[in-house]
This record gives sequence, C-alpha cells and structure tokens, in this order.
Amino acid sequence: MSNVSKAVVRSRWLAVVLLAATAVLVVLGACVGSTGWESVWRMRSDPVAQQIVWDIRFPRTLGAWLAGALLGLAGAVAQGLFRNPLADPYLLGSASGAALGGAAAMVLSGTAAIGMEWMQRLGMTGMAFAGAALAVLLTLTLAQGVQNSLRMLLAGVVVGVVLGAVRDMLELRYPDILQPMKAFSLGSTAFIGWPACLLMVTAWTVCALAAWSLARVLDGLTLGESTAASLGLPLGPMRAGLIAVMALATGTAVAQTGLIAFVGLAAPHLVRSIVSVGHARSTLLSSLMGGVVLLTADILARWLMAPEELPVGVLTALLGGSYLLWLMHRGHAVRQARG
Amino acid sequence: MQPRHFDGGRLAAAIEMIQRLREGCAWAALLWALVAGAVHAADVTLTAQKDDRGRPVAMAQPPQRIVSLLPSLTETVCALGACDKLVGVDRYSNWPKNLHATLPVLGGGMDPHVEAIVALKPDVVLLSNASRVVERLEALGLRTVTLEPRTQADVHRVLHSIGLLLGLPPEQGAEREWQRLQAGVEAAAQSVPTAVHGARVYFEVSRGPYAAGPSSFIGELLTRMHVGNVVPADRGPFPRLNPEFILRARPDVILMGNHSMQLAHAYPGWATLDAVKHQRVCAFNAEDSTTVVRPGPRMDEAARIIARCLVEKAPRRAP
Repeated sequence: MSNVSKAVVRSRWLAVVLLAATAVLVVLGACVGSTGWESVWRMRSDPVAQQIVWDIRFPRTLGAWLAGALLGLAGAVAQGLFRNPLADPYLLGSASGAALGGAAAMVLSGTAAIGMEWMQRLGMTGMAFAGAALAVLLTLTLAQGVQNSLRMLLAGVVVGVVLGAVRDMLELRYPDILQPMKAFSLGSTAFIGWPACLLMVTAWTVCALAAWSLARVLDGLTLGESTAASLGLPLGPMRAGLIAVMALATGTAVAQTGLIAFVGLAAPHLVRSIVSVGHARSTLLSSLMGGVVLLTADILARWLMAPEELPVGVLTALLGGSYLLWLMHRGHAVRQARG
Repeated sequence: MQPRHFDGGRLAAAIEMIQRLREGCAWAALLWALVAGAVHAADVTLTAQKDDRGRPVAMAQPPQRIVSLLPSLTETVCALGACDKLVGVDRYSNWPKNLHATLPVLGGGMDPHVEAIVALKPDVVLLSNASRVVERLEALGLRTVTLEPRTQADVHRVLHSIGLLLGLPPEQGAEREWQRLQAGVEAAAQSVPTAVHGARVYFEVSRGPYAAGPSSFIGELLTRMHVGNVVPADRGPFPRLNPEFILRARPDVILMGNHSMQLAHAYPGWATLDAVKHQRVCAFNAEDSTTVVRPGPRMDEAARIIARCLVEKAPRRAP
C-alpha cells in the first residue's frame, strides 16, 4: 500500500515539475522568435512589438503546448486501450485519416475562397476529426477487434498507407491544394492564433475529462480482457468512448498544426519511465509531458536557425526518432545484460 | 453583243460592289478590332480591381512598405519601378538579383515567418491565395492582396492590379509594360523560322514527368511560337504523364527544366526517341528554368529562351 502511495506522491511531483517547466517554457516562448528578445523589452512603447509578443508568440507557444498535450493524451489512451507500447495516433492510421480529412476540407472549401476564419477552423477540425475516427474504425474492422495487437498495428499501418494514397490522389486531382498540404505535412505552429488556441483548449478539456473518467477501463484492461469484464465494466461503450477521445484529440491537433510525429508515442513512454501509476494519472501526466515536449521542440525550431525557423514537425521527427532508436538500443542492451 | 456588254457592265458593277463590300468588311473588321481591343482593355482594368478573393486591390494611399511572398509578384512590383518600396521578400524571389542581399528574407510560401513579416510593419503583403498564412496575417491586422498569375492573361491582369495598387496610371505603368512584353514575345516568335512551325514539342516542367499542357503559361508561349504541344489541351495545365505517353507521342523536340535533375534518356525506353537520338533536347539551367516557368514580367525573356532552343534544336521541315 505504501508502495502505491509513494508512486502517487511521485506522480504529483512529476506533475508539479511539468507544470513548472511549462511556465518557464511559456515565458521563454514569448521571448524567442525571428525578431529576437528586443520585442519583449520594447513591448510597452512599440505597438508592433506588443502585437508580436501578444498575438503571435503567446498563441503559438500555448498552441504548441496544447497540440503536444492533445497528442500526448491521444498516445497514452491508445497505448492503454490497445495494451501496446507502440500504439500511437500515427501508427493506428488516425493521423493519416485526419490529414485526409484536412485535405478534403481544403478541396471542399476551395483554397480560392477563404471564408470566415472561424467557420474554416471548425470545418477543418470537424473534417480532421471525422477522418481520424474513420481511420480508427477502419483499422479496428480490419483487425477484427483489439484482441490481437500485432494484427491491429499491421492494420493501422495498412490503413495509414491507404488513406495516405487517397490523399495523394486528391492532391494530384486538385493541384491547388498541393502547397498547403505540403505545409500541412511538415507540421508547423506558425499559423496558430487565439481562435485555434481556444478550440484546442476546449477539445483538451473535453478529452482530459473523458479520459480521466474512463481510465478505470484501461486499468482493468491491463489485467486482461476477461478480468476487465469480470469487474463489471461496460467494456464496449467505454472503449468506444476512448476511441472517440483519441480521434478528437488527434483530429484537433492535426487540424491546427499539421502532422507532428512522435510526440504521441514518446510522451507516455517518458512518463512511464519516471513513474508507474494508474491510467487516470498517467494519461494526464502524458498529456502534460506531450505539451512540454512539443513546446520545447517548437522553441528550439524557432531558435536554432533564427531569424529563419524550422517547421516543428521536422524537428520532432528527428528528435523523437532518435529517442526511439536509443530506447530500442537500450532495451536491447538491458535484455542482453539480463541474459 | 449588247447583252454581253450589258453582262460585262453587270460584272464590273458586281466586282466594284464586292470590292466595296471588302473594303467595308475591312473597315468593319478594323472597327471591330478597335472596339474589341477597347473592350478587352476595359475588361482587364475591370477585373484587375479585385484580387483572387474578390477583394478590392486599390488602397486609399499607395503603399510605401510592401512585402511580397511570391516571386512573380516581386518581379511585377520591380517591373513597375517600385522595387524600392519592397521591405521584405520570400526565399524564392531571386530577381532582381540583389534582392536577397538587401532585403530580409521571410521564408517561403509553405513556412513564412509570420513574426518577421509583422515586425516589418508592411502597408500591404502580396502573396498567393494558396498560402496558408493569408488568414493568419489578416487576423493580425495586416492588409493582404492575393494574386497568383498562371497564364498570360493573368500576367496582364496582375500587372494592372499591382499598377492600381501602386497608384500608377495604366498607360504609364501596367499597359506600357504589357506592350513591351508583347513586343518582346512577338520578336522572339518572329525569330523562329517558319520551317520549324508545327514542330511537336514536349516540355517537361519537373520529374514525374509533369508536362506543360497547352493551357499553361509555357504552353501559351509555345502556341505563340507556332509550334505544337504533344500534350492534349484537355489534360489541364500541368498533367502528370506516363513516360510511355511521350514515347508514343514522339515529340520532335524535348524541352526540360533543370528541376527534373536528370537527362532525357534517364526514362527507360526514351533512348529510341528521335528527339533523344538526334540530341534535340534542351535542358535549361536552373536560372533559365525559373525564368521560363514563372508567369511574370520576364515573359519576353522566357519567350526568347524558348525561341533560342527551338531555333537551335527543332528539326526543319522539308520545304
């Protein structure tokens, strides 16, 4: 019992550290950009500097954190739901689905007719959500349920490839969306404004609350399907709810920032390597971790080549990929040592 | 005899009438051309008042600080003599040559640096409607004008739009520039010998192979050179073709942008093409390719580059 409470205490500390890191990073995020630190000093006297800090750096800093938090949450839910540490919003095809939804939204709205910003954001998010949900459902149908995780991962890869191909076909048919879709697939926080932040906060609140209240089923599932069922949990509806959470979180993040790889995969791993607690806590911690990871990457992307900036998706793929390789290498070494 | 004479008189009268009619027709044609031309010019000045989103282009005060995020728009601004009003350009604006040395570079259409753009306090930002940054800049209170020339008619319209934006009367700016371009293109077309007319050309824009169809800017230039295009018009401006299609179409001469980063015989089976066998292939260097594919105020130069290639490489028809 004391063991459990120790883990809980540890998880609280982790939450505090992550929140503190977030606060520091938000301040840092307000200071880093193409125009350098001066904008912050000159904020009071210069309206343009104020606009840069308040209307560009703050929303994109918060937006990067929120997108990371959504992806981290989706990753934790996916890994718990499918009892597979490799499950990630990208590997289950939902990100490809979301991107396809985004492409379809662009074709439908016509890049030539930019309507009201709000409608477009909502439309884009809605389509991305629908695409993500469709992809997950397709994956589940192909895998005939969630029992066989290898089958499911394979199905996810297949769905991802097929939906990616459909997107390619859309791009070939409507070359006008080629450029925005390319920008989309690079993943960038540069286009996030306050409305996008508000949208992501709303989605995050809904997803976090839902994940928190449905986490019991994830804990039950770690003991096996039958045990979970014997606990009297309504497995079907709860699973469906979690899949909806995953699709909403992924869809919202992808619609606002484009494709940002590895955050959803790495965040839950990082949390698990530090604490081991129940899914309710670890899901929320993963979310915080995802936010911190993506915000760090975003600040790096803005700072490394200043005044030029990198699309953050490129950086997370580089960093996240290297981290995964290291994790695999270390896992291999540990297994070797154990014999 | 009398009737004959009479007939002759009628014939003469008929001939005279026909001549008169002809003259009349010529006059009518001339008049029609004038009217049509005027209508056409009026059309351009009318459509040029709106940008690609249908918003008015003109501002109360001509802008003093301009950011351009599309190379063809940068070139248009400079061609109208307002290069000194530019305060920042995108990564791909490489003409006039010294731009990047003197102006801040603000990323590209895919990854524009929003913050750096805002920091320059531009009066107006010129960019393509396809850029994702449009709505973001609008939300930040910047004035944007979206224009993306794709055809020769677009080049004409965009010249007028930018002229309007800069507050230049058309006859001193846009229309004069357009007439200069027309003269340049016409001169280039004249330099192509008639024995080359009708030659069937394949223009590869980039590896894919993506071809320049007749409705594209390049296709229109080819048409004005009186040469044919192996790509049918209904395939759209830049269709992606099967290399087999080219093999079957048997072009007389092949033009390639350097962006395709490869030689013609890199496609399997192309070694048997006459154009490849007889080295009737023009591979443009990077600079020439950007000039040729960019629908802007270097259209005359693009025409000259294409004409030079046709003069050098295209096969002469037997007289």
